[in-house]
Amino acid sequence: MSTARLLIRGGRVIDPANQVDEICDLWIENGCIAGTGKFDGVAESAIDADGSIVCPGLIDMHVHLREPGQEWKEDIESGSRAAVAGGVTSMCCMPNTGPHIDHAGVALQIIERARQVGLCHVHPIGAVTKNLDGRELTEMRELTRAGCVAFSDDGMPIWHAGVMRKALEYASSFGFMVIQHAEELELTKGGAINEGWVSTQLGVTGMPVEGEDSMIARDIMLARRIDARYHVAHISSKGAVELVRAARAEGLKVTAEAAPHHFAMTEEEVLGFNADAKMSPPLRTETDRLAVIEGLRDGTIDVIATDHAPHHEDDKRCGLSCAAFGIVGLETMLPVSLQLVRDGVLSLSDMLAKMTSNPASLLGLDSGTLSIGSAADITIFDPEATWTVDRDKLVSKGKNTPWHGKEMTGQVTHTLKAGHLVYAAGEVRA
Amino acid sequence: MRPLQHLFGIADMDREQIEYLLNLGESFIDINRRPLKKAPTLRGKTIINLFFENSTRTRTSFELAGKRLSADVINISASTSATKKGESLLDTGQTLAAMQPHVLVIRHSVSGACEFLADYLGHTSIVNAGDGAHEHPTQILTDLLTLRCAGGYIGKTVTIVGDIAHSRVARSHLLAARLMGYQVRLVAPKTLMPAEVERFGCEVFHEFDDAIPGSDILYMLRMQTERLTDNCSFPSVREYHEAYGLNRKRLQAAAEGCLVMHPGPMNRGVEIATDVADSARALILNQVEHGVAIRMAVLTALCGGQQHLGRPGPSKKMTMEAMHVQGSLL
Repeated sequence: MSTARLLIRGGRVIDPANQVDEICDLWIENGCIAGTGKFDGVAESAIDADGSIVCPGLIDMHVHLREPGQEWKEDIESGSRAAVAGGVTSMCCMPNTGPHIDHAGVALQIIERARQVGLCHVHPIGAVTKNLDGRELTEMRELTRAGCVAFSDDGMPIWHAGVMRKALEYASSFGFMVIQHAEELELTKGGAINEGWVSTQLGVTGMPVEGEDSMIARDIMLARRIDARYHVAHISSKGAVELVRAARAEGLKVTAEAAPHHFAMTEEEVLGFNADAKMSPPLRTETDRLAVIEGLRDGTIDVIATDHAPHHEDDKRCGLSCAAFGIVGLETMLPVSLQLVRDGVLSLSDMLAKMTSNPASLLGLDSGTLSIGSAADITIFDPEATWTVDRDKLVSKGKNTPWHGKEMTGQVTHTLKAGHLVYAAGEVRA
Repeated sequence: MRPLQHLFGIADMDREQIEYLLNLGESFIDINRRPLKKAPTLRGKTIINLFFENSTRTRTSFELAGKRLSADVINISASTSATKKGESLLDTGQTLAAMQPHVLVIRHSVSGACEFLADYLGHTSIVNAGDGAHEHPTQILTDLLTLRCAGGYIGKTVTIVGDIAHSRVARSHLLAARLMGYQVRLVAPKTLMPAEVERFGCEVFHEFDDAIPGSDILYMLRMQTERLTDNCSFPSVREYHEAYGLNRKRLQAAAEGCLVMHPGPMNRGVEIATDVADSARALILNQVEHGVAIRMAVLTALCGGQQHLGRPGPSKKMTMEAMHVQGSLL
């Protein structure tokens, strides 16, 4: 007879990395996954997962934790709490903090602070250029030694072609990828929302889709001969999806992530000057939304990541044109993405792969699976439970969500990190 | 009639409301021509004109409209820095609303500024005196009253020439045209034309001369010459005047009886030649005169005529499609 510290009983266990999708028990010992199948022993405690999905803890490879420097918007603790409330057990934080993650000290500080909080693994993304100003490369090799898992100037593009080429060359020398926030600033200058019928009706300066597409086209050309790893952050347009698809067909090491808002919403959401639907890249047209969905379906887009961008309400309460770019996403990532499964775009396993095993393999993380012996980072959710988003009840400090008042189907019930229950029954557990 | 609590833009209005304001405005024209230009309609009411952008005629027009109806009118010119204008808008708006005015008349460079403020200002009525490149409803009501006095607007073709992309006047006209039954033609190079503007149901021209035949009104927009250096929107004032300026030759090519309008202030020699601006076909000063009457009507409807207008909840913002449906039902 076997023993276990914790038994998760009778859930539908989905482990995309191991092609597992079956109703069975899963048990945990010493913080690691000890077995799956039919448990017939004694467990110290048990979670009844009947009717629920048991999957690897979710990975969100694109969040802004705002610490250090802008703790009134979010900090590592509040961001970690929001993460586990959304079923996320590992996240990658972008370097546009203050100071930026452009030297090892800041990366080490973030990792240490996240370890103290202890709720969610935090992997920093290092800056590509010092001060994110697009001119001089950071000490990338040292940043990787300090724990950075990839490089980006997110929030800003790596604008100059010469710098981008060097960045791709240098990062790929050590096997790391460059994540591009693709935005040709000359084209998007002064813009607040997608350029098109909605911006014309509102009289608000638009950001043309070519701002995103042209930079991705350039970057793919630059990456081609270098054979560099190039990752498109928050892909939002039909043109961009087509560029990435063609690059992959060519065999280039080009990957992409999509944010839930870009496959769930269109620019119509900003009608009425809704600043909580303002982000960069902006919500685009239905044609673009459908192209992003098709990219997710056919594998052009590997990853779903939120671009969780918490802001203080003062940053949003100043009219659409002046409001800060970005929305929170950690707590709505899973239910919004489940719509792809309900719509028949992706199987549940394929959808979960885009927020578990796919980002883990892109970033070289050892999480994202339920393999025997791996750390028990596990998310349990009820795929049918419905709830209504209430901005005031979000765990994140950021209340800037376009889903306020909207009904979600699918609710995280338990989140485990290394076998410890960090979220259950609607409460984050320290 | 659906009551008015705020005047955000034509997009929130229906035909009945617009006609009501035009009728009321027409009735005020005479007061402004009398030796004693005063009526007691708004006695005891407080109106604050809060202008974050420079304006002489619109602010003066609102001020006279309020004063001639015996309201207490205060003008505030709030200077704005480029980056902080949003914050100061909310704080200034809330501060002034706390002083319990009946109406706040607001001009601001941010599109949607009035709708944004209305969410925070309790029951103070807000009148949009121009928000960014979004709407300028009292200008359009003024234009419609002017056209009504000059023979009507229904079935007419209004050809709007100039910087359509940055024009709140053009947007409000495009919305009003569908509600009130006139056609709009737009004339500008592509650099000054907003994306997908034809979805308003207008005709789009890039050569002014092509748009002139069949036009009943040539509506010239002010060309803001700073756009020249801002973003390469046009190469020179000289070329702009050549391509899009209204001169006597172009006016002669238009139908007999074709009228000329301009929301002011004019750049003589840029979008309009002096002899055209001063010709008998120009309704430009009529627009200015009727502007006062229309603003009297708007202020009366918002704070004077509550007995029969009521006090509704927040107005519902409508998409173009919703408006179109509503328009077609009338």
